[in-house]
Amino acid sequence: MSRLRVLKRVGLLAAIVIALILPLIAPDPSTTNLAVFTVMYIGLATSWNIMGGYTGYISLGHAAFFGFGAYSLGLLSNHLNVAPGYAPFLLVPVAGVISGLVAVLIGWIALRTRAATFVIVTIAFMFMGQLLAENLVKLTGGGAGLGFPYPQQWGGDFYNTPFYYAMLALAFLALATSWTIRRSKFGLGLLAIRDDEDKALAVGVPTRRFKLAAFTISAIPVGMIGAVYGYYVTYVYPQFVFDPLIGISMVLMVFLGGLGTLAGPVLGALLLEPAQLQFAYRFGASRLYLVFYAAVFLLVMLFLPRGVVPSVQELLQRRRQELASP
Amino acid sequence: MSLLEVSHLSKRFGGVVAVDGCSLSVAEQSITGLIGPNGSGKTTVFNLVTGFIPPDSGEVRYKSQAIGGMGPDRIYARGIGRTFQLARIFPRLTTLENMLVPVRRAGLRALLSHGQWGHERDRAMQMLEFMEISHVARTLAGALSYGQRKLLELAAVMMARPDLVLLDEPAGGVNPALLEKIGGHIHELNRQGVTFLIVEHNMGFVMNLCHQVVVLHQGRAIASGDPKTVRQNPAVLDAYLGA
Repeated sequence: MSRLRVLKRVGLLAAIVIALILPLIAPDPSTTNLAVFTVMYIGLATSWNIMGGYTGYISLGHAAFFGFGAYSLGLLSNHLNVAPGYAPFLLVPVAGVISGLVAVLIGWIALRTRAATFVIVTIAFMFMGQLLAENLVKLTGGGAGLGFPYPQQWGGDFYNTPFYYAMLALAFLALATSWTIRRSKFGLGLLAIRDDEDKALAVGVPTRRFKLAAFTISAIPVGMIGAVYGYYVTYVYPQFVFDPLIGISMVLMVFLGGLGTLAGPVLGALLLEPAQLQFAYRFGASRLYLVFYAAVFLLVMLFLPRGVVPSVQELLQRRRQELASP
Repeated sequence: MSLLEVSHLSKRFGGVVAVDGCSLSVAEQSITGLIGPNGSGKTTVFNLVTGFIPPDSGEVRYKSQAIGGMGPDRIYARGIGRTFQLARIFPRLTTLENMLVPVRRAGLRALLSHGQWGHERDRAMQMLEFMEISHVARTLAGALSYGQRKLLELAAVMMARPDLVLLDEPAGGVNPALLEKIGGHIHELNRQGVTFLIVEHNMGFVMNLCHQVVVLHQGRAIASGDPKTVRQNPAVLDAYLGA
């Protein structure tokens, strides 16, 4: 086994151990809150990458699945009178399934388009979700929002911990799904679609079915994460879960880390989300972080158009070739 | 026996009649050339046969079954592969990954399980060795030369063991040495039982390689037969070869 591979494995193991014991070594709520949101975006960006990164179809509407997931858990918990505590977490997979079904419907229509049209169609569907949540007042509470069960028993430093582990489990799920797909023939088909869709058709890739499958698979963890988020914040409003900024954040993190790579979305989320939260803490709700996002996006496009991970990989490969050549 | 039968196929793009009642047949285990001047409808016939565009009228039968209206992926699954005029590969995948993309009769387990396609890897490497490009198996396909791309495209299309392969200008833009190599590979694959339908402008290549030639002119097949007969056909001389 090469030295680089050993280093990679040790680094991965260390990262997993740190992620698992983080609430024990840094239990203060401000740190665990930061960790909840960072891990949440690792899961979101990784899930988005299954569609956007592998197939090249840039969806700016994935926040719709986040919103459907959040509302699904809130409505189910309220209607089934689920007691606050660990029980609502059992409904998270149901929220994922509901988001997946919505994705089949949206994807079936949106995936008849390509390129810029697809981007616009997905945004339109996201706003349709927001409008539904605002206008189906009897069901969703409309603009007044929707409350979730509140786990009062988890007071003090412990409150964030169950949510952290729930988000971590979902991030692992998204990563495991992405890894399995990347190594499979299905994943190769998705990458082929990204490179040349017509050529992929010519060698037998059922592109419509593959794209719809990828779109649905990427929506399920997003819905589940949205459900946990709703339970975490205990009250959701349409404009804050069907939020275009959530969708844009996923995209930006993947672009920063490296489109179509496994590590890229993780790195992108680890770099951007803590920075964004720091902006929010320092400058309040001014949304000044959007200026920061715009600046990062411009810098990435100018200097790292392929993202950090592919650029570093390329650099290492060049160095190896230089060292190997006499 | 005919492997492919095209009957009265027509396709119009706005006011332009690209294919006008074209009929032709491709005998099993043959190498058939499809020739004609630029704009005679050769590539459109390829696109119609492989499902990339739907015909306005006419019928395409493969192994005696109608395949009109099927998408390119389903037609590939039936056993018809194709290449493109300008070699098209997946540039951000490695050469080996390019070889593993083709899908024919894959179940869900085969699509998702990594271990399922070990034998495909072996076959891909064998095919790359046959095409003499196995040394670039781990190279990104986008970094290959044009000739290597041509060979890769041919190798990849063979991965799913198609019975009929449509080659769109395999000699286009390649040097004489590579052309000889490509001709040799086609000949060897044909010997192994693969049927070819080839669109080509290089008459030397066509006449040396093909068992049968069909000549298209203004979207219609105006002559067909063995290369020697076709070369002496007055209508062909007038429309194409004599020009």
